[in-house]
Amino acid sequence: MIVLASIIDSFTGAFDFIFHSREAVTGGGVPVGGPAYIWPFARTQLEVTAVALGGALAVGMPIGLILGHIGKGEFLAVGFGNAGRAVPEIAVIFLLASLIGIGLGNVAIALGILGLPPVLTNTYVAMRQVDPTAVQAARGMGMRSWQVILRVELPLAAPTIMAGVRTAAINIFATATVASFVGLSTLGDFVTQPAVYGNDGVVAGAIVIAVLAGLIEAALAGVQWLVTPRGLKLARASRSA
Amino acid sequence: MLERGYGVMRGLRLRGAFAILLAAVLAVGIAACGSSSDTTGGTDTSASSSDSDNLIQSNPDNGKTTLTIGSKNFTEEYILGEIYAQGLEAAGYNVKTKLNLGSEQIALKAIKDGQISGYPEYTSTALGSLYGVPADQIPANAEEAYAQAKAKLAKDDVTAFSPTPFADSNAVGLLTSTAEKNNLTDISDLKGVSQDMVLAGSPECRERIDCLVGLEKNYGLQFKKFTPVDIGLRYTVLDKGDADLSIVFTSDAQLANSEKYTVLKDDKELIPSGNVIFIASKKVAEDAGPDFRDTIEQVQGNLTLPVIRELNSRVDIDKEKPADVAHDYLQQSGYIK
Repeated sequence: MIVLASIIDSFTGAFDFIFHSREAVTGGGVPVGGPAYIWPFARTQLEVTAVALGGALAVGMPIGLILGHIGKGEFLAVGFGNAGRAVPEIAVIFLLASLIGIGLGNVAIALGILGLPPVLTNTYVAMRQVDPTAVQAARGMGMRSWQVILRVELPLAAPTIMAGVRTAAINIFATATVASFVGLSTLGDFVTQPAVYGNDGVVAGAIVIAVLAGLIEAALAGVQWLVTPRGLKLARASRSA
Repeated sequence: MLERGYGVMRGLRLRGAFAILLAAVLAVGIAACGSSSDTTGGTDTSASSSDSDNLIQSNPDNGKTTLTIGSKNFTEEYILGEIYAQGLEAAGYNVKTKLNLGSEQIALKAIKDGQISGYPEYTSTALGSLYGVPADQIPANAEEAYAQAKAKLAKDDVTAFSPTPFADSNAVGLLTSTAEKNNLTDISDLKGVSQDMVLAGSPECRERIDCLVGLEKNYGLQFKKFTPVDIGLRYTVLDKGDADLSIVFTSDAQLANSEKYTVLKDDKELIPSGNVIFIASKKVAEDAGPDFRDTIEQVQGNLTLPVIRELNSRVDIDKEKPADVAHDYLQQSGYIK
């Protein structure tokens, strides 16, 4: 019961931090908290997520599409992709800090590396699992390779590719909290600086990050639904019926 | 768009996808291999004879007392812990060490629970972190900060010994070339030039009255931009040109024997004083006899800012062991043979 009470307590304090301004724990009449205060941090985190995700898509999708189309390079697409997941993000960020310096470029590259594996692996796998009879039919109709990729394989692979994009987006957004240590003020500030924002700020930061991650997930799920060809939806509906 | 004819598909063959994913198991092992160099200490025969009156005398009565010296888990604390421990050993005490306590909260609790006899703490940290004194009320003056911390600790039955000569405080650091170009020695000198300068500091600096907020309010400075960085990057940002000014610590290893960086003087006493005080349980301090306090206050006597920077640099940059560095310091100061 005591645990429950303290959890409720910390949430009450956190919501107060989200909606109302207050003095920093370190004093001096410095105001912190409230929507207008928190928004710039959230915006920075969304911006860096967008840039990093864009980079991961720009690099990962073409490679995945081509390798998947020709049916080669499974080791590269899947193995390399999985190995990429084991890279410690914070180490990459600090390594880049001493190589190229701090700021948006550093964080976007590091987070792009984080987003690459799910995009690359899912694109490759999605291309491989496209029904070969559809591809053969397209070839039979006289389509060129790029037409097969863009007009047959890509639409049919889209749902699985989007699943990878969703994973990448959530990974990137959640990890963008560490950008606070290399020159970008993201929501990670609140989570990592209890000395200034107090425990209310820590929990508030976690809540805002979780809510935004949920919104990103929901928005991309909507995109996934939109890019899924009607035929696939019909096929699923008839199977489950 | 998809042609009508391709509409009816057999769906996704998920099993194949999983098979591919499962088949590819790659482990990347990133092993951080730190090779520890074993220095053979004790062969140094250059002990000076002129300092023989500083030599700590071993008191046989102290052999009955066992002391456990603690420290927090970073370089300066390790070195200080070793200096105190080795000094007390020379005075005849039975000394054990616990030199990796995670935070001041853990360390203070360890004193109260009797797990350690005492450990070195910073006056500013004691006031700010242990007793919640707002940053703008922590004195920049060393004596005042010590008196305040001593009074607060006494209420918890913790005794604070005299502060060290050096203070490890936050400071505004910059490349010496930048300082010379703009003719800067005090923080006040930044007036008129700081608006074109980027200040880097830990993320919390932005809202701290003893950091960015104070520099703006008390010194009336404006900066082009504040860039939050991890404290591990405080010199990197200067080296890479990502910032013109960076919040550093006065006892940093990087400032030892180096003309590369300059620290600006806090001429308006904005930044809290960070001298080290050895704090111990009152009961332990009383039971251990006068040699306990005397030894601690004696061995820290030579710890001026240049000396502690040098010791920090030997551990942080030259990768020597804190115990060896502490031993050399005690020997060169003539406290031990």
